Amino acid sequence: MAERAALEELVKLQGERVRGLKQQKASAELIEEEVAKLLKLKAQLGPDESKQKFVLKTPKETLTGKYGEDSKLIYDLKDQGGELLSLRYDLTVPFARYLAMNKLNNIKRYHIAKVYRRDNPAMTRGRYREFYQCDFDIAGNFDPMIPDAECLKIMCEILSSLQIGDFLVKVNDRRILDGMFAICGVPDSKFRTICSSVDKLDKMSWEEVKNEMVGEKGLAPEVADRIGDYVQQHGGVSLVEQLLQDPKLSQNKQALEGLRDLKLLFEYLALFGIDDKISFDLSLARGLDYYTGVIYEAVLLQTPAQAGEEPLGVGSVAAGGRYDGLVGMFDPKGRKVPCVGLSIGVERIFSIVEQRLEVLEEKVRTTETQVLVASAQKKLLEERLKLVSELWDAGIKAELLYKKNPKLLNQLQYCEEAGIPLVAIIGEQELKDGVIKLRSVTSREEVDVRRGDLVEEIKRRTGQPLCIC
Amino acid sequence: MAERAALEELVKLQGERVRGLKQQKASAELIEEEVAKLLKLKAQLGPDESKQKFVLKTPKGTRDYSPRQMAVREKVFDVIIRCFKRHGAEVIDTPVFELKETLTGKYGEDSKLIYDLKDQGGELLSLRYDLTVPFARYLAMNKLNNIKRYHIAKVYRRDNPAMTRGRYREFYQCDFDIAGNFDPMIPDAECLKIMCEILSSLQIGDFLVKVNDRRILDGMFAICGVPDSKFRTICSSVDKLDKMSWEEVKNEMAVLLQTPAQAGEEPLGVGSVAAGGRYDGLVGMFDPKGRKVPCVGLSIGVERIFSIVEQRLEVLEEKVRTTETQVLVASAQKKLLEERLKLVSELWDAGIKAELLYKKNPKLLNQLQYCEEAGIPLVAIIGEQELKDGVIKLRSVTSREEVREQDLKSGQNRDFNIYDGYFIDYWQKWSGTTPFSYKALELNPVSPPLEAAPTRTHRLVFAAFT
Repeated sequence: MAERAALEELVKLQGERVRGLKQQKASAELIEEEVAKLLKLKAQLGPDESKQKFVLKTPKETLTGKYGEDSKLIYDLKDQGGELLSLRYDLTVPFARYLAMNKLNNIKRYHIAKVYRRDNPAMTRGRYREFYQCDFDIAGNFDPMIPDAECLKIMCEILSSLQIGDFLVKVNDRRILDGMFAICGVPDSKFRTICSSVDKLDKMSWEEVKNEMVGEKGLAPEVADRIGDYVQQHGGVSLVEQLLQDPKLSQNKQALEGLRDLKLLFEYLALFGIDDKISFDLSLARGLDYYTGVIYEAVLLQTPAQAGEEPLGVGSVAAGGRYDGLVGMFDPKGRKVPCVGLSIGVERIFSIVEQRLEVLEEKVRTTETQVLVASAQKKLLEERLKLVSELWDAGIKAELLYKKNPKLLNQLQYCEEAGIPLVAIIGEQELKDGVIKLRSVTSREEVDVRRGDLVEEIKRRTGQPLCIC
Repeated sequence: MAERAALEELVKLQGERVRGLKQQKASAELIEEEVAKLLKLKAQLGPDESKQKFVLKTPKGTRDYSPRQMAVREKVFDVIIRCFKRHGAEVIDTPVFELKETLTGKYGEDSKLIYDLKDQGGELLSLRYDLTVPFARYLAMNKLNNIKRYHIAKVYRRDNPAMTRGRYREFYQCDFDIAGNFDPMIPDAECLKIMCEILSSLQIGDFLVKVNDRRILDGMFAICGVPDSKFRTICSSVDKLDKMSWEEVKNEMAVLLQTPAQAGEEPLGVGSVAAGGRYDGLVGMFDPKGRKVPCVGLSIGVERIFSIVEQRLEVLEEKVRTTETQVLVASAQKKLLEERLKLVSELWDAGIKAELLYKKNPKLLNQLQYCEEAGIPLVAIIGEQELKDGVIKLRSVTSREEVREQDLKSGQNRDFNIYDGYFIDYWQKWSGTTPFSYKALELNPVSPPLEAAPTRTHRLVFAAFT
């Protein structure tokens, strides 16, 4: 007993040690070593059915941490002697695999499904280990920027329809960034890390970002200053035109390609009527791993959070870009299929919408029931069962209480709680008269309806077409 | 190099040995021993990036859903969800994995079919095996006394897949359950009513729902003299009566009564498309105070239904649309991309489902062909002369007739009033597409079994057979 307790204590301490090391971002080898020790201890503990405390809990870690894209965040399945499997990390890689496997040259598809990341969850900010992704992608060789423009149009349509407030879509291009860094003198080896610093401009001041680049990442100060001249700029198509005239930038082949494509994009966006929602922002440098061309991110324009209040997310609710090289990585012959797409951050949107409903004190119905079939006196269960069955067969959404002799008051209360608008009351006298009392739950108005007319009357009141839906 | 090749060969042979043992249903210890050897060999092999051949396939027992299969799936789910909603059900969702301890001890022999996640230093997790245990966990965790809910989601079983028979390792379950203390048999009857409504609406042929009760079965076995220890296996034999003759079942039972039970018998409900029953003891297994919440529910075998519906569509040679696009915006000559982009944007803003080809100067013939392949009913053609005249040509793709030359009011902002009511009317009149449908036909039974967790103490049990 005591041995076991001691062992359990050791396991607990070792577990904390491992967690601590991960938080401090200790070296991978050290972490692996300690995890191995933990697993050994656990193995010694072994299975012990009799003493297994059954714990019901929701995971509620609220550790802060960065949402990185490391492969160590992938959930692996245990090797049980068959294929080695992992849970999907996003929907884009499965999409590329699907295209390559089916040798598809073009497709316009959406995919809404859950993905899995062994992250440090921050659930108050809508960050989970299992969460929905909502992707839309256009794959295929097409004339430039038309599908790209449609992706942005779709993003704007969705964010407008959701009515979660004003938003702005920032647009940039991987080639412009690469070109800009090149002419500013950023060494190739520092591209990625400088990118991630630049990306923080939406959260930090330029001074802070510059300090990070020079102080932490060893960039020469002059280079940082040159970068600063560019990345603090944002605007519409006029900024694109201005940069096309920039003596240094226009000499860089990559940047020129990117700028020309953006100019074309803005023309199309104007035709789509959304150019006022788009901002060309040179500091947009997010997630550049597989993007090859235009990149975009939509942010909500919310008032700053109150002091002491947890900010809701970092404002980004959708993002995407062009990625022409991904399918080629899967295809056995390296055959390329250009792709452009977007992903809606639905978990954040769920939080926002839920918050709004709370603030507006709007009642959300969890069922769509239109009428409750009730009885006014005892011994009328048979009648209720017959009537509710008639209503179901006519396609009406109806319920009844699972009680032989429910009190009328309880049945009416059930309607109020569930938001059911109508109640069809069966009563002894009404049965003799061949009618049903149809009552509006909110207004309490009642009317006697002939049994044969009830279905039609209910459909009329609930705005349903008379055919079965 | 040679060493590696030899090692790879050993791994392959050992893998085959393990598979062979599993097929022969060798003892659990022997299998474990050989799996351990396999893992050791694999560990020696280690990672070797340079030699890693990329294999392009979905994992064994799983599949992608193509757009066509998704169209079938969406229609089937639509019928099912409508029915659940008609009966006032709420919907919930739970995570794809549960704590391993939540699933332990709930599935009896089938526990070895559970997918475990690797121990990566955190909680021990397993992929859910069904939707009922998560439901019971949800009820206990939230201390709910009653709920009427449906849940449609994928579940995971490390089974021997037989995918031609619709048996996968990842597959959809479609559950409806009523939890709570109610007057007897009313919710039970509603479950059966729902099952019948769904199977009728799906139009997959005539069906029959068989009903029985565990208490009757137990009582019957008792009075016939079956030893307690053999109850479960005898049950499983009796259940085969719909596939085999009584003589064969009797022989099997005789064998079973004499020899120890075999592992891995066919699960209950072979050939069924839906099943369910009452299970009053499950929530109590989760509740810290053992508080019981009686439950009755049903599960629709949608994978099987997908296969049936897909087969029918093939036989009927019915075309299934994979999009809902109503109109293609096309151009008759070159240099009309701008006009196309403006018009398609106006249609989208008006809520019309529209597309355009992603080409600056597409040929009209290609645009019409695209419509025919995708089943798009209408095409709105922009032409140079028509632009001057202020009209758009609206054409039915199937009949090839022009429906109308709608006048445009060209005001300051070039308002194309093409969607001004007429458009929708004409679409409905001229669309010419057959709505998605499947007619009842004589069934050719291709019957993969409907999975049913065997250890839950079903009392009332029912299953529907086509």
